[in-house]
Amino acid sequence: METLNVYATRLLEKSEYFTPGHRACQGCAEALAVRLVAKALGNNVIVGSATGCMEIISSPLPFTNWKVPWLHVAFENAAAVLSGAEAGYRALVRKGKRPEKGTVFLAMGGDGATTDIGFQALSGALERGHNFLYVCYDNEAYMNTGIQRSSSTPFGASTTTSPAGKIHFGQRTWKKNMAEIVVAHNVPYVATACSSYPFDLMEKVQKAARTPGPAYVHILSVCPTGWRIAPNKAIWIGRLAVETGVFPLYEVVDGKYRITHEVGELKPVEDYLRPQGRFRHLTPDMIKHIQDRVSAEYAKLEAKTRL
Amino acid sequence: MGKRVGVEVSIAAADAVGMANVDVVAAYPITPQTHIVEHLSDLVANGKLDAEFIPVESEHSAMSVCCGSSALGARTFTCTSSQGLALMNEIVFIAASMRLPIVMILANRSLSGPLSIWNDHTDVMSVRDCGWIQVFTETGQEVFDHVMWAFRVAEDRQVSLPVIINMDGFILTHVIEPIEFWDSAMVKQYLPDFSPINVLNPDHPTTVGGFGMPGIYTEAKVAQNEALVKSKPHILKAWQELGAVTGRYYQPVETYKIDGAETVFLSMGSTGDTVAMAVDELRAQGKPAGLIKLRLWRPFPFEELRLAARGVKRLIIIDRAVSYGGPGGPVASEIRSAFYGEKEMPVVTNFICGLAGRDVTPEDYIAIYSKSEKMAQGQVRQEDYVFYGVRE
Ligand SMILES: Cc1ncc(C[n+]2csc(CCOP(=O)(O)OP(=O)(O)O)c2C)c(N)n1
Ligand code: SF4
Ligand SMILES: [Mg+2]
Repeated sequence: METLNVYATRLLEKSEYFTPGHRACQGCAEALAVRLVAKALGNNVIVGSATGCMEIISSPLPFTNWKVPWLHVAFENAAAVLSGAEAGYRALVRKGKRPEKGTVFLAMGGDGATTDIGFQALSGALERGHNFLYVCYDNEAYMNTGIQRSSSTPFGASTTTSPAGKIHFGQRTWKKNMAEIVVAHNVPYVATACSSYPFDLMEKVQKAARTPGPAYVHILSVCPTGWRIAPNKAIWIGRLAVETGVFPLYEVVDGKYRITHEVGELKPVEDYLRPQGRFRHLTPDMIKHIQDRVSAEYAKLEAKTRL
Repeated sequence: MGKRVGVEVSIAAADAVGMANVDVVAAYPITPQTHIVEHLSDLVANGKLDAEFIPVESEHSAMSVCCGSSALGARTFTCTSSQGLALMNEIVFIAASMRLPIVMILANRSLSGPLSIWNDHTDVMSVRDCGWIQVFTETGQEVFDHVMWAFRVAEDRQVSLPVIINMDGFILTHVIEPIEFWDSAMVKQYLPDFSPINVLNPDHPTTVGGFGMPGIYTEAKVAQNEALVKSKPHILKAWQELGAVTGRYYQPVETYKIDGAETVFLSMGSTGDTVAMAVDELRAQGKPAGLIKLRLWRPFPFEELRLAARGVKRLIIIDRAVSYGGPGGPVASEIRSAFYGEKEMPVVTNFICGLAGRDVTPEDYIAIYSKSEKMAQGQVRQEDYVFYGVRE
């Protein structure tokens, strides 16, 4: 895998469609993920973004970082907006008012936009079977508004609305497994990815875009600001998320599971938690509790790959 | 020439949308709008309309889908009512700011609570300042004609704004009326193909819906307001040309028995008809009654209104919504400000009635007239209003 990647870089498209000069924080791996997704999709795409960090940092009027058509309407409706664009395209092509060019429709949003407030709109769009790709950039909280918890915030993480205090220890619920929920919609393509693994990510995005019907890619996107790590540690933390089994990289094609990045022996979850300020308060007991959960979830996933 | 048929107004409205050859319809059912969506799905299912019908999971998504499809350059329609409008509220405002020429029929119904499915204007008044062109209709024919008109105005490159056609729930949506359908030659003559200035297209990438720092937000809003204000001549022209095609000439403000009238009702929507009956009776009794019907609600027709009310001594504003703790009804407060400081400012009395389908008969309007006369003899303050017909 590693060696293959070294060769693959040379084959990568040089063009950027999400350009430098945006206003993301230093070391933002969410912005990196956006850049990789845009690179993977090329210029024949229409992008619809939910409100959130990625929208704010890339579209302050009258500037833009988008070299492809891009629109933003609101926080919770990117999936619906893009269903509309896709439906409009289909109608116009059928009626001979627009040429069929195989344009890709990409809706994107953060974990808040996807797993919480935009959950219904996404479910509706998936169920209706639009030919579009939804990418969730999961930085595990509402970062744009100041690191509030979402249903995708991991157990134990301290955020500004799930603070670690004298009585509570941070987030008290387990992270919602959004990829699994999308799989339950019986869509043809679902994958997880992380910007620490750019080739795996881009390959999945391209595959998702080629898939007729709805496709979903859930990207773990390290946020140094919200996770309380140094900007130069983002890629490393993303790798640890995968190597510890906290965030396995897999895809589900027509219901068939495959782990795309085998890690062999999983590293202890503690290796992932310790460097991050948001988990600083966790006691060994809690870390053990999290380890048990991660191991169990990983085993469940592996079992699914054998089905 | 069009054909006259007896048909439920909702069905005619949907047929008009179909004849406008809409590309995308996204809607969610809610009483009393349901027959419109049902009939549109029917037209699509039977191949009579080549459009994408998107059965969304909520009104919020309906308006969101409309934004996407309109931005893509597709002719787009939705319809809703009451709670549905309330749920899509956020996106209604955004659609106007993005200058997306979506057409929406609003089957006017009261807002909850208490939950009610019946007609008044509380739903549309909640989006008074949403930036859409807003028009009221009185008959089924007007609804049909205004579907064509709405697409024509919205998609006019000099306008490029969404349009709400208000249509009273049940009173219009569920009645059978004789309606003259347009034939396809009329549609073709009146309604050009949709060719927007900006569309989402990879060949010409644009960024739409960027975010506004304090240094640009005001300017964006000034531009948006100007667009709505300046849509007026295009609105008038579209009515003029509609008249040339159909023989029916619509005005932003219409009057009934206004000559010599001193005490004049002002109403919106389907109540106009009932008020006119009261005016007939009052005139027969020798009273100087008249009626002004406000068809165009946004952009507000200040000039036409002042012209229509020239020489009128007293205005009786019929409101079908409440501004809780405020100046009575939303229509009255707009009318008062339209006349404020004018040399001959009529005395305005404000009656709130017909909430949630409560019947208001010609006799009631006659009673309102007398009450208003009595009030006008004393001093009427700006904030005075009357809930008419409240049970003791
Ligand atoms: C209806 C609505 N509610 C709340 C907000 C405020 N808001 C804007 S972005 C955001 C959080 C975004 O979080 P997420 O989707 O995870 O994206 P991130 O910024 O973390 O990338 C919130 C709460 C809003 N814009 N609209
Ligand atoms: S807050 Fe986090 S996600 Fe947002 S721009 Fe900064 S690093 Fe990126
Ligand atoms: Mg987030």
